[in-house]
Amino acid sequence: MRTRPATRAAQYVAVVCYLIFLGFPLLWLISSSLKSPQEFASIDPSFLPKHPDFSNFTDALEEQGLVRSMLNSLQISVASTVLVLIVSLPVAYALARFRSRLRPITNGWILVSQVFPVILIVIPLFMILRPLHLTNTIPGVVIVYTVWSMPFALWMLQGYVAAVPRELEEAASVDGASRVRTIVSIVMPLLRPGLIATAMFTFISAWNEFFFALVLLQDPQLKTLPLVLARFVGAEGQVQFGPLAAASVLATVPSLVFFAFLQRRLTSGLLSGAVKG
Amino acid sequence: MTTGRPKQNREAIFLFLPALLPILLFSVYPLLRGLALGFTNARAGLHVDTHFIGFGNFSKLLHNDLFWSSFKIGLIWTLSVTILQFVAALGLALLLNTNIRFRGVARTLALIPWAMPPVVVAIMWRLLLHPTNGPVNEILQNLHLTDHPINFLGDFSTALPAVIVVGIWVGMPMTTVTLLAGLQGIDRTLYEAAAVDGASAWRQFWNITLPQLRTVIVAITSLDMIWNFNSFGLVYVLTAGGPGGKTMLPMLFAYNEAFRYGNFGMAAAMGDVMVVIIIVFLAFYLRNRLRSEA
Repeated sequence: MRTRPATRAAQYVAVVCYLIFLGFPLLWLISSSLKSPQEFASIDPSFLPKHPDFSNFTDALEEQGLVRSMLNSLQISVASTVLVLIVSLPVAYALARFRSRLRPITNGWILVSQVFPVILIVIPLFMILRPLHLTNTIPGVVIVYTVWSMPFALWMLQGYVAAVPRELEEAASVDGASRVRTIVSIVMPLLRPGLIATAMFTFISAWNEFFFALVLLQDPQLKTLPLVLARFVGAEGQVQFGPLAAASVLATVPSLVFFAFLQRRLTSGLLSGAVKG
Repeated sequence: MTTGRPKQNREAIFLFLPALLPILLFSVYPLLRGLALGFTNARAGLHVDTHFIGFGNFSKLLHNDLFWSSFKIGLIWTLSVTILQFVAALGLALLLNTNIRFRGVARTLALIPWAMPPVVVAIMWRLLLHPTNGPVNEILQNLHLTDHPINFLGDFSTALPAVIVVGIWVGMPMTTVTLLAGLQGIDRTLYEAAAVDGASAWRQFWNITLPQLRTVIVAITSLDMIWNFNSFGLVYVLTAGGPGGKTMLPMLFAYNEAFRYGNFGMAAAMGDVMVVIIIVFLAFYLRNRLRSEA
């Protein structure tokens, strides 16, 4: 279709506005992370750092609480991702392959758990975890993250399983392979891209999560990265902008890696599923 | 097919087993218990005599000014963020659906905010909106739009609009990408036929694009409303509900009740009220979904 030059120009203006609105905050964060304290102190903030250096990053990493919180976040995210995959895969398989009564029930649960106000969940969780001595512990948070990432993981995995051709499984069962055997040696290898996508999504959700961690973790030694970052800003006045920006950039790295890997698949697969359901 | 049913049910249950206990214990039970808790006098700390008190918490809520204001703020926040981000996202999706340059860049950028940790988004915007060091004030002053620095997040009149802008920034990507997927699913021949009939671009938008996107639009806006209504972390780190409660969203109110004052029952009652509102939003979503499946 031919577009008039005036329309074309308006389109480009609009795109540039959007790019600035979406991109400028990110660029400002990155450029702030490379600025010296003197530059922050100057009344005339410049967009680009005058003498970019990485000292904010080293400063941030020397902050003991920050490194520890990163390790906590890493542990929690890895553990809950592994658990989510182990528990979800059989369920996702059953949901995609069998017309059982469990399917509508599970899909109902998936929807409800996505829209329920978390305040209602966190208080009873707190009350269940306390007698088990799991409040204020890493395993407690791992359990909570595992169960609360499952709905979305199931949603994603269901779609990936459905995309594996049934004929392959039928052929295997004709050859006398059991159901478990078929899942492990036929379905799983074909699911690898889907499993990786789901794993990354689960990892990122756990890495970013704030509310459950805020309520469940009191011990400073156990706090996750988002909690420590949030506390950084809380104590304003003595806040060091440079290291704070650097730490924020570091906290975003996993998400960026995630996108580098998944950009294409995420935009098409995951989100069209969100609408079709 | 029908003869396979009981066997299929049995196999499905077997595959569900490892997930069943954790789901029941850490999801289904807390969901139900949470709903019931609003009707009790539960408090934090040692649970001395938690018992049913009927609508006691609810009548207390109705007499609490902060409840009403957090409710009003929650609705303003939810509606403004959802509607404004939808309009912006629809514009962006339509643009990205044309053969324009920078499409790839815009698409990638559009997704990053969505995956960033909400706490980092909040910190980033606190840097941007900072009264003395932030670039937003710098730019406004250079353009002579204001002669003094504005404390966007700390001022009574600007705090809520400022957090709404941040909410839009976070939510727009997801909405854009969903709408884009919807746009790409529209049959191109509809437009070709319309063009042959001499329909203007505007008419094509009203008579083809919007009706074809209907299902997607209702789905994404009703879910966005629910997510926005439930949101917590972003505003907690941006303003913690301040200044003077001007950005006290319902979830922040409930969090304070539960974990600052120890009123578990009261916080759960607030959650119950939120559930009622969510059910309204959800009804739109489900009706739309059932209709699109029929």
